[in-house]
Amino acid sequence: MDIKRALVASFAMLAVAGLIGCNSGGSGSGKIGGGSSAESRLAERNKERKRDKAPDPVQDKIVIGVYGDFTGTNSTFGQDTKEGVAIALEEANAAGGVLGLPIEVVEEDTRTDQTQARNAVTKLIQKDKVLAVLGEVASSMSIAGGKVCDQYGVPMITPSSTNPKVTDIGQYIFRVCFLDDFQGTSMARYAVNDLGIKKIAILYDVESDYSVGLKDFFKAELAKLGGEVTHELSFKPADTDYRSQLTTIKNSKAEAIYIPGYYKSVGSIARQARELGISAKLLGGDGWSSSELIPGAGGPGKALEGAYFTDHFSALDPNEDVQNFVKKYEAKFKKKPSALAALAYDAAKVLFQSIESAGSQDRAKLRDAIANIKDFKGVTGTFSINEHGDVLKTITIVQVKGNEFVMVKTLEP
Amino acid sequence: MEQYLQYVVNGVQQGAIYAIIAVGYTMVYGVLRMINFAHGEVYMLGAFVAHLCVINGLYGLGSDNPPAWGIAAMVLTCMAACMAIGILIERLAYRPVRNAPRLIALITAIGMSFLLQNLALLWFQASPKYASVESVSRSLSLGGISISLGQLILLVSSLGMMFVLRILVMKTNFGRGMRAVSEDMGAASLMGVNVDKVILGTFAIGAALAGAGGAMTAAFVASPITPYFGFMPGLKAFVSAVLGGIGNIPGAVLGGLLLGVIEAFVAGNPALSPYRDAVAFAVLILVLMVRPAGLLGRATAEKV
Repeated sequence: MDIKRALVASFAMLAVAGLIGCNSGGSGSGKIGGGSSAESRLAERNKERKRDKAPDPVQDKIVIGVYGDFTGTNSTFGQDTKEGVAIALEEANAAGGVLGLPIEVVEEDTRTDQTQARNAVTKLIQKDKVLAVLGEVASSMSIAGGKVCDQYGVPMITPSSTNPKVTDIGQYIFRVCFLDDFQGTSMARYAVNDLGIKKIAILYDVESDYSVGLKDFFKAELAKLGGEVTHELSFKPADTDYRSQLTTIKNSKAEAIYIPGYYKSVGSIARQARELGISAKLLGGDGWSSSELIPGAGGPGKALEGAYFTDHFSALDPNEDVQNFVKKYEAKFKKKPSALAALAYDAAKVLFQSIESAGSQDRAKLRDAIANIKDFKGVTGTFSINEHGDVLKTITIVQVKGNEFVMVKTLEP
Repeated sequence: MEQYLQYVVNGVQQGAIYAIIAVGYTMVYGVLRMINFAHGEVYMLGAFVAHLCVINGLYGLGSDNPPAWGIAAMVLTCMAACMAIGILIERLAYRPVRNAPRLIALITAIGMSFLLQNLALLWFQASPKYASVESVSRSLSLGGISISLGQLILLVSSLGMMFVLRILVMKTNFGRGMRAVSEDMGAASLMGVNVDKVILGTFAIGAALAGAGGAMTAAFVASPITPYFGFMPGLKAFVSAVLGGIGNIPGAVLGGLLLGVIEAFVAGNPALSPYRDAVAFAVLILVLMVRPAGLLGRATAEKV
């Protein structure tokens, strides 16, 4: 029974390796509620919670924690976020800091790993004694880290996590970006009303909360507008071959494919679609918003040329504040800022302004100050924080043209 | 009908990649009775070597229209590099524990797999890299079935490599040695077979094939390369090897192609699409229940 025993042992090992592999893949767990009402969300956010006491913040300077995916699978998102914060930090320190104190940023890597995200935030609070926290990009990571922040009563602002659940964690969690429901419905409206497309296939990432959420909202709105989802197929981030899903889509004669995934997969999907002779329009969400998107699709003018996606910001927006930010960013990092950099910049500025109006390094007062932000003029739009800890803001539809993301329309919530 | 033929084409192409990795698993198992879990990582490193070739413009690869010999030279470079890595892994991680209980070798293999993954992470960072060769992304259309030139090259060359391997194992002295060692290591060594050399050679060939698979996937299918690039294909290749009968080379090829085609049909079906991986493992379990030794494996009656 030699072979059998060896095989059984191998399988046990394999199971262990598989579990570890899944973890480092960073897939989120738990489906998000597509249909949870505003009241139930609010009740969740305002629920009484027992809080642990966090160490008092460092007093002779303002220390802010930033946690993000700097080396994991979506690392360009983390890098962009870091750079956006760096610009805001430079500006604030040049203007004399906040409350007359210099500001310092401590960065922690999450490597697309939820356990690591929890550890990172715990370390920022316990060891670095930060006043508040900025991050993460991916919603699953923000949920993991946000729970720790709320438990200790440390205010957290996520620049770009769009899943509704993130701010439902508790009263200390805020965001400065729009939500998935708005993003999904906006793309459906744009496709039907502006592009005149009604038959759309969906190819989504089954392992990502973000992608599943976007898909559900898109589908619901498309149905309302009289459109039709021809097929709904899925992939996983570790896949490299999407041809079979695309073959089915090709035969369904869809006029467009909605791909609410992250940039890494989208490039390959677009290429393989074109190789199979699919000429349907490609549509997506802000997970596409990366400098790596176009190289992954074979370069400018190739598979993704003319594709549309919903985004927070366009570096080509003629608005004066936007252009000032773009100029500073380009001078420092020698590239155009992505939407994630812009959101991080806004999140940092909201935080600095709130610390100033709170008047001291008191975390509860700071929380209230953030909750009371009104008509903040950011580079990603003008916004106020609402009772959910969210913001209502415009969405930008951008089109891929050559090496640029060109702004074609903005939609109001 | 066309649609189903297209699935078969897609599946055979993906299956050829599984097969070329699976051959490495099966050979090492055949000779050593151990599963080399770091094998998928060798495949990943092969892809990264291809990436290095492309970004450094070796063999005229940086240009829009690289010469055919340049592409071949790149694949050979990846094979050579992976061969070296395979030899290194055997010498450093497996030879020292060859006579230890089998579980130890399995643990070392998993450790090696994570070590290589993290080295790649340190070296290449996590953001996706590319090694695509644009001139082969042109599509050929045969009666409504599309296949890209790159896919075709990948398919033909992996089948070619496996044919050469078959000759190597069946007709050469080295191959005879391999078969002897896999039959009975102790007896083979008494008969004058240099067991160390045979095992090292087996690792080297397996690693070279994985390297070729990684390089061709990166270059011809234009997959983004990350340090985790080898994990899933490695797992699927392992399934293919067991499916076909572990230790059996034609079995590994058959298992790979079969798995690829099954997956293609599952992925293309709207209702089953999210269960692509689950179905792959379910098939494995079913086959093992009916034929525990795998499709082409020999059922060995052993005395207890």
